[in-house]
Amino acid sequence: MQSSHIVRAYDQELAELGNRIAAMGGLAERMVDEAMSALVNADGDLARKVIADDAALDEGQRWIDEQAVQIIARRQPVADDLREILGTIKIAADLERVGDLGKNIAKRVVAVAEMRQPVQLFRGLEALTTLALTQLKEVLDVYASREVSTIGFVRNRDEEIDAMYTSLFRELLTYMMEDPRNISPCTHLLFCAKNIERIGDHATNIAETVYHVVTGEQLPLDRVKVDKSHQIVVRARTSD
Amino acid sequence: MQGMRDMKVQPGERPDEVDLLPARELADVLPDPVVLIDAHGATRYANPAAIASFGALRTGTLLQHRFRSPEVQKLLMRALSDGSEGQIEYAERVPVERAFLISIKPLGTAAGLFLVHFKDQSETRRIDRMRADFIANASHELRTPLASIAGFIETLRGPAREDARARENFLQIMQAQTSRMARLIDDLLSLSRIEMKPHMRPQQKVELGPLISGVLETMSHLMRDYDVEVSFTPPAEPLSVPGDRDELIQVFSNLLENACKYGQEGKRVEISISEGYGSGPEAIVCFRDYGPGIAEEHIPRLTERFYRVDVEKSRVRNGTGLGLAIVKHILTRHEGRLTIHSTVGEGSTFCVHLPRG
Repeated sequence: MQSSHIVRAYDQELAELGNRIAAMGGLAERMVDEAMSALVNADGDLARKVIADDAALDEGQRWIDEQAVQIIARRQPVADDLREILGTIKIAADLERVGDLGKNIAKRVVAVAEMRQPVQLFRGLEALTTLALTQLKEVLDVYASREVSTIGFVRNRDEEIDAMYTSLFRELLTYMMEDPRNISPCTHLLFCAKNIERIGDHATNIAETVYHVVTGEQLPLDRVKVDKSHQIVVRARTSD
Repeated sequence: MQGMRDMKVQPGERPDEVDLLPARELADVLPDPVVLIDAHGATRYANPAAIASFGALRTGTLLQHRFRSPEVQKLLMRALSDGSEGQIEYAERVPVERAFLISIKPLGTAAGLFLVHFKDQSETRRIDRMRADFIANASHELRTPLASIAGFIETLRGPAREDARARENFLQIMQAQTSRMARLIDDLLSLSRIEMKPHMRPQQKVELGPLISGVLETMSHLMRDYDVEVSFTPPAEPLSVPGDRDELIQVFSNLLENACKYGQEGKRVEISISEGYGSGPEAIVCFRDYGPGIAEEHIPRLTERFYRVDVEKSRVRNGTGLGLAIVKHILTRHEGRLTIHSTVGEGSTFCVHLPRG
């Protein structure tokens, strides 16, 4: 009886770790979504809420780290359980970064809102956010369902995000060249786009971790990077 | 009525069917998604409506992992810890905008089980959002032709009052502008119609070969107008996918129209069907044109509403900026994808990927 009781307490501890990951995931998804609507609607109150929410994510990560280390020390887990616990630590770190990136977008809301921006400036950014959020949702759904059969596909979605980011980069540069007054807001938007692109990368990391946790194998390395923004030069038009 | 009364049932001989009705049977026929969870939040049963809405919810899947919003977390945590019931609103923004009223109640006799019920409120939400979107997008898009018409009217009443040739010319432009507005409204309406449909994967079986042949037939006048040769070989083996017939017709019509419109210079368009593998087996329909092609930086943005590679060209060719947005929306509902490959100077290929079941 004694031993089964211990096992059950251990299972309970593992379940709590998983629940905390899900809660962090939900909060991170919410923060990114709200940060972007704060940006598009120049909503300073919502931006402040996002910034405040980040504390809960940081707290979540610290809790998971501590808890995981304790479980490892006390229970000395092996195989599946060990992978699960190490995976939890990694995913928590990725989610915490996603929250930071969301918070960073929220912090830029005030600067961008100073001058009313044309709506088409945000359309691309919104589309990029939708892609990144879809990816984040898909990997977290896989974490819940453990159906890893589609995860390689999820990971390839990252290409779409990179291509979209490259395109946005070019568009924002063009706006800056059209009118120097655009430079300040567009620079902030450029950082926001970069943040979103990074969120996609973290979602990919999580996908790889989840795959490893569930199957015990690593996803193959053949991931293509299509972020070509480092090559972009928009030439100044000479006056004719 | 008479017959019913004749069927005399002795009390005790046939116990009341309702009392013996298995809970599962009852839940199976409910139109709303219903999930039963245990005291840990693990799924014990999900009814067909739940599986249709949220995908496979395997036994054991923790509900708090699948629905992660902070409100759901709080609701589940409270209910599972003290057995209290509660109700909250839950919204998903991606991949399709959906909203549910989630309520949780402990079950009376089966101790430790909870019933989680989802009331779909997506439609109300969508109507709200659509109204906002419509005002933002449509007013901007309609203002341009309207401004030009207003300008011409002013000229016709003033300086060009007596000039018959100018009048004819202006009226022609005005007519083109009004038909552009009419088309825009048509597209907006069909986009909103698709958006209004509930998020549920279409179940009807659609065979792709005959469907595309039909599209080609109805659009033959367009190909003649643009002087484009379209080649299509239906697959030897019938290839079918679960889908909504009318919506898929719209997808292929839009893609064919685009291929003819923007690939006109290439004089020919090739349509091909093949089988492939994405997240599962899928059917792939590709539209290849030999037009000028699309620069790389535009490709990821093409399905955005009102995004145009070349505003002038699109306007001349009667584009509304909504065609691919409609395509993407329909494909999302079918859990399909659109992939675009293009090389400037060589033409473009638009491929529709539809899961096969």
